[in-house]
Amino acid sequence: MASSEMMTSQEYIQHHLTNLTFGLHPEHGLGFAHSSADAAEMGFWAINVDTVFFSILLGGLFLWFFKGVAEKVSAGVPGAAQNFVEWIVDFVEDNVRGSFSGKNAMVAPLALTIFAWVFLMNLMDLLPVDLIPYLFGQLMATFGAEPHHVFLKVVPTTDPNATFGMALTVFFLVLFYSIKIKGVGGFLGELTLQPFGKWGMPANLILEGISLLSKPVSLALRLFGNMYAGEMIFILIALLYGGGIVLAGTAGLLQFVWAVFHILIITLQAFIFMVLTIVYLDMAHQEHH
Amino acid sequence: MNINLTLFAQMVTFAVFVGFCMKYIWPPIVNALAERKAKIAEGLAAAERGHQEQALGEQRALDLMKEAKTQAADIVGQAQKRATDIVEEAKSDARVEGERLVAAAQAEIERETNRAREDLRERVASLAMLAAEKILQKEINVDTHRSIVDEFAKQL
Repeated sequence: MASSEMMTSQEYIQHHLTNLTFGLHPEHGLGFAHSSADAAEMGFWAINVDTVFFSILLGGLFLWFFKGVAEKVSAGVPGAAQNFVEWIVDFVEDNVRGSFSGKNAMVAPLALTIFAWVFLMNLMDLLPVDLIPYLFGQLMATFGAEPHHVFLKVVPTTDPNATFGMALTVFFLVLFYSIKIKGVGGFLGELTLQPFGKWGMPANLILEGISLLSKPVSLALRLFGNMYAGEMIFILIALLYGGGIVLAGTAGLLQFVWAVFHILIITLQAFIFMVLTIVYLDMAHQEHH
Repeated sequence: MNINLTLFAQMVTFAVFVGFCMKYIWPPIVNALAERKAKIAEGLAAAERGHQEQALGEQRALDLMKEAKTQAADIVGQAQKRATDIVEEAKSDARVEGERLVAAAQAEIERETNRAREDLRERVASLAMLAAEKILQKEINVDTHRSIVDEFAKQL
């Protein structure tokens, strides 16, 4: 599209897959990264401004909307907004009741937050891939920046930082409740004394350790992978627009079809993240014998 | 695609969001849902009670109606009996009255007859007197011949 006219396909894709990173570069000092290599060189002490901005914006939107309903909530005949919110809350509560057997007032709100937040972040994927980055590039250009070096990723869940951030938080909660419910000994026992009994301790530790560590990794990578791949396909489809009228027409059709299919993926991934979180926390609350 | 400080930013954001949701959003909505559920259950129970009461009321209404019908039938029966009684009574009254009237009329007739006879007797007596006067050409003392005249009159 607009910016691809002046870039090669590779540059275009690269441009779309780079976050707006702010950090301390060893050579250029404190500032925004001008290329993905710059961003990599900044190392750990840099922050993806776009990911943080959009995730907080979307999470804030979710909280604002739900808070507005929660303040005026009534047990009488619900209005349209309350109906919608109740539908989601009911859905989440059903899932928690179905999968979570322990008693913990935090699990249901956690599940709701995950579902709504992940859904909204995924939803950004349905915006045309160039729309916000292009507008942002033009805006920055008025401040003297080179548009090709202004990066912006609008879908926070295509940034592994976001998905790992959530998955690790969930993982810490799993560890916290495992130890709280079963005690340190019980938790370590669960890691080392099954399935082969105390004589197979090393094998037990390897098996159980992997299964424990795979939880946050699979949680984060599943969401990231799905959204990243989806975004990638949108970018590839967008590339077709530059290839003449036939390809552009095909691209329009493809984009529509993929967007429709992506609605399913978006919802499904939010749902899976929520359900797995509930299930992991349920396992943390259960004593295994 | 680098793992950097964003990770911690996201973790903190996530924790804050969950905390906010847990404190300000989840409880009021879930409470409202539970409250409505209770209300609906109450309403359904009330409806059920209402149904039972309606059935009871209908039964009671039927009983009352049956009772009222028998009472009405009783009253109608009594009224009919009373009506025939009244008619009978009136008939016998009328008969007695008629007999009394007939008797009175007969007595009247008797009295009239007697008076007429008496009258006639008087007339005949005086006629007889006149006749006798004319025959004898002299005056007859009515007082002295009263007994003879009365005797004559009685034979009429």
